[in-house]
Amino acid sequence: MSFDLDSISTAWQASEALCSGKVSSEAHTRALLERLRALEPRLNAFLAILDDEALAAAARYDENRSAFASPLAGVPGAIKDNMCLIGAPNTCGSKILAGWKPPYNATVVNAILDAGGVILGKTNLDEFAMGSSTENSAFKVTSNPWDFSRVPGGSSGGSAAAVAAGAAFWALGSDTGGSIRQPAAFCGLVGLKPTYGRVSRYGLVAYASSLDQIGPLTRDVRDAALVMNLLAAHDPLDSTSWPEPAPDYTKSLVNDVSGMTIGVPKEFFGQGVEEDVASAVWAAIRLLEQKGARVKEISMPNVEYALPVYYIIAPAEASSNLARYDGVRYGHRTEMQCDHVAMFEQTRAEGFGAEVKQRIMIGTYALSAGYYDAYYLKAQQVRTLLRRDFDAAFETCDLLITPTAPTTAFRIGERSSDPFQMKLSDVCTIPVNLAGIPGMSVPCGFSNGLPVGMQLLGPAFGEETLFRAAYTFEQSTDYHLARPDLRPCGESH
Amino acid sequence: MTSDTQTMAQAGPYEAVIGMEVHAELLTESKMFCACSAEFGGEPNTRCCPVCLGLPGSLPVANRKAVEFVVKAASALNCRINRATFFHRKNYFYPDLPKAYQVTQYGDTPIGIHGWIQIETPEGGVKRIGIRRVHLEEDTGKLMHVSPLTSEVDYNRSGVPLMEIVTEHDPRAGFDQINTAAEAREYLVQLRAILTCLGVCDGKMEEGSLRCEPNISVRPAGSATYGTRTELKNLNSFRAVFRGIEYEVRRQIETITSGGKVVHETRRWDDENGVTATMRGKELEQEYRYFPEPDLLPFTFEESYIEAVRGGLPELPSQKKLRFCERGLSDADAATLTQDMALAGFFEQAAEIHGDWGKVATWVLGDFLRLLNQSGADVAGAGVTPESLAAMIRLVEDGTISGKIAKSVFEEMFKTGKSAREIVEASGQTQISDEGELLDVVRRVISENERIAADFRGGKEKSLGFLVGQVMKHTGGRANPGLVNTLLRRELQQAD
Amino acid sequence: MKLSVEEVSNVAVLARLALCEEEKQRLTGHLNEIIEHFSRLQDLDTADVEPTDRVLPVVNVYREDGARPGLPREAVLAGAPEASDCAFIVPRVVDTADGK
Ligand SMILES: [Mg+2]
Ligand SMILES: [Zn+2]
Repeated sequence: MSFDLDSISTAWQASEALCSGKVSSEAHTRALLERLRALEPRLNAFLAILDDEALAAAARYDENRSAFASPLAGVPGAIKDNMCLIGAPNTCGSKILAGWKPPYNATVVNAILDAGGVILGKTNLDEFAMGSSTENSAFKVTSNPWDFSRVPGGSSGGSAAAVAAGAAFWALGSDTGGSIRQPAAFCGLVGLKPTYGRVSRYGLVAYASSLDQIGPLTRDVRDAALVMNLLAAHDPLDSTSWPEPAPDYTKSLVNDVSGMTIGVPKEFFGQGVEEDVASAVWAAIRLLEQKGARVKEISMPNVEYALPVYYIIAPAEASSNLARYDGVRYGHRTEMQCDHVAMFEQTRAEGFGAEVKQRIMIGTYALSAGYYDAYYLKAQQVRTLLRRDFDAAFETCDLLITPTAPTTAFRIGERSSDPFQMKLSDVCTIPVNLAGIPGMSVPCGFSNGLPVGMQLLGPAFGEETLFRAAYTFEQSTDYHLARPDLRPCGESH
Repeated sequence: MTSDTQTMAQAGPYEAVIGMEVHAELLTESKMFCACSAEFGGEPNTRCCPVCLGLPGSLPVANRKAVEFVVKAASALNCRINRATFFHRKNYFYPDLPKAYQVTQYGDTPIGIHGWIQIETPEGGVKRIGIRRVHLEEDTGKLMHVSPLTSEVDYNRSGVPLMEIVTEHDPRAGFDQINTAAEAREYLVQLRAILTCLGVCDGKMEEGSLRCEPNISVRPAGSATYGTRTELKNLNSFRAVFRGIEYEVRRQIETITSGGKVVHETRRWDDENGVTATMRGKELEQEYRYFPEPDLLPFTFEESYIEAVRGGLPELPSQKKLRFCERGLSDADAATLTQDMALAGFFEQAAEIHGDWGKVATWVLGDFLRLLNQSGADVAGAGVTPESLAAMIRLVEDGTISGKIAKSVFEEMFKTGKSAREIVEASGQTQISDEGELLDVVRRVISENERIAADFRGGKEKSLGFLVGQVMKHTGGRANPGLVNTLLRRELQQAD
Repeated sequence: MKLSVEEVSNVAVLARLALCEEEKQRLTGHLNEIIEHFSRLQDLDTADVEPTDRVLPVVNVYREDGARPGLPREAVLAGAPEASDCAFIVPRVVDTADGK
């Protein structure tokens, strides 16, 4: 069965094609596998391509369609390589986990497989999700399909690049400080970081436990809702999982924002935000205003402290979460003959990359006895102030709109020598993780041919408001329909 | 060991201050944060899952029963229960610690604080030992040293719920200190009795389900400041606790009096050689970088819940002991019986059935305890039941068997689980109380021992004992001693 | 606050990271740069502010006690760099007072 893959570019269209009987899941899967293999030399989005498993899952669906009710049944996608899937390697982009195959599935992976989803492969990421460009992977540097000389953002850069290039209909990312939303913005996708606790973290390799959250990267808002319908659920295996049942997010795909109050916090339009980005976001805000929303400029004075707070809390938790990579139970162990202490030290020195080591060092330092109060405790207290800013904002606003990232995708190598410049690209997304609230990046324009994303923020468990506003915006614009030109450089128009 | 005590007493005006840190494994079915079996034993690494192996991505969920057990134990230890409590991570690297951090409770809000238990000192006094904190944590795996070059790691114990109980030695808390090895042992005996009574720990020191790590310092008696303390490890029995502390106290006093200095360190008790020694290995900086465990949420307890737990506590060993004393038992007997709830329960049942608490106590504390110790069996595993013990004592009382035969009958009951009557009937060991049958033997003994019979008649009262013994010998010990006595006197006088 | 190379080395010991001299120098520079940015937090008065350890307004999450079989031992040991047929193997560990 052959078909024109280009006529189908979203998960919901793929699902419609499956349901109409025009195409089988196997055909979809084969077509995508073929496409991603062709692209992979330039794209470098995947750390593992799971042909056999994906085709088997597709066949399971094709043979017994009626057993699967989910609209994502039979629809191929990809997951970030920090989510456990039995039988597939799980590297987290690190040499220290090279070769490790988890003996259990992440809860989100089970949700997808149980729904009849097809997992094509595991996508590249910055090592242990620490980074904003996917340049920090120990294995490969992923490119942005809109410009192969540029980064796709990070750390879920492999997932973003795969979907943007049409090599997967949906992908899962994880977001600790912007790692879903910033790549979504850089690659022209919808990316959602759900409220902390809305999606189970069981089986997601931890970076910073109090900030990590899994979410979808998709081509449009409807797809994001479909994926969220699978992900959002209470999980008894995750103590930090929200006990309330999740709503049906497709019910929020309503083209109407009348009566909604949109807050625009000025602090997010400050330092380093490019003019093109700011104007695209403002244009989007004005559009929603025309559609009936009220717009209100607000101030959130503690947002400027989010970066230092994040760069204490996240490394502190990471230093503890990454201590288990000691060469005893899994992953890399040094060849050096030595006592167990030196074995630990040498194994970790060989296994971790520079950025990870640096964050482990910062976190270890911030938690050590003489500095705990000055750094870790202080950061947790300022985190409270920041949360109060958001609480205050949501007393008068239904949602907030900001840029997702201050700039569009930067060039590969451009910022890797300046770690602080790199961290600035998360300045708009980091406060959201610290507050635990949901944030969604939606395509809202282009600057020099590169996608621009706006960030919609809601109160905790206010995802439905985000879906509604994002859907309304999407219905009035066609940024989400734009596709990168993927022809190799030689084949110009 | 008496000589050690004397040395210590003679060493002059020094006193020891002993802090007790006890870890008790909780008797839950599953581990603290996962559903793996928490039962002792098992082939290495067969009770493990992603959570207790610390696999990347795994997350903990707290065992409700473990938390309840600690609330219960802390209540029984007279603690104040914190209304809100949470977990911390204690970060350190060791091959038996799979996540490289232990989930534990740190800081001011462990489950229980500011408790106490009462102990009796060997001198007959009473001390109220303060308990600073009772908290919940997880156990580590186990290292096995298999060859000179390698060690093996077994994670079956990893994640087993562990309760830590730490004594208070700050006198400002208003409690007494532990000052001697004997008091330390008594503290542990009482603590173990309480925990086993509650059913939260099986108290088996040899299996490591109850572990004790005392810290010890000495100072001139009456001094307001503390000396440098050392911490003792590898104390796997009550005897080791006593000997180890006693040795360490003496060592510290001798170090000081000979002009040396006690070094702050961890020392290992060497049970075979009866000494403590510095633990070898790299001295790495101790820096645990505690911080609140983000993977677990806080726990809160309603006042009504705390009250319900307190109200639902069983009769504790100290209360039981008082009640036993009221039934006429000596203080010492009651104390021994209430150190082990299984033993106390056995005793009380037997005493209730039989009625004479004193008589039953004699059997339980004597032959029963001796046989338990010899066989290594526990109370439930012994062949004797409270009913069968009571029935056996009645056989003695009604003259069916002699007290002496009863001892061997009891031993067989213990081994086989048969009733006293079954054993006695099968072996024909019933007492001979038939006058006619005994008279024949008595007459034969007198005729075989003319000279001794003459001695008796001549007023040598003691000779009777020999003749009684001869009758018993001829009857295989089955003759009713009272009846033999009467018959002998009558026969000897008649022959006059 | 400024970190010396020696302090950085001590942190590396705590974190069990073997660092070469060049890495120590480089990390000392990086760490001081980052710590410099932290200093801005000291401007804020947080004397009466409760720390946010966890953002989720939920307490008392338990599982009921009850044992279930874990992983088969082959799966437990499958990822080990070195293992016997029943256990993980590490270089011989001497009994230390460290962290136990
Ligand atoms: Mg402890
Ligand atoms: Zn387990």
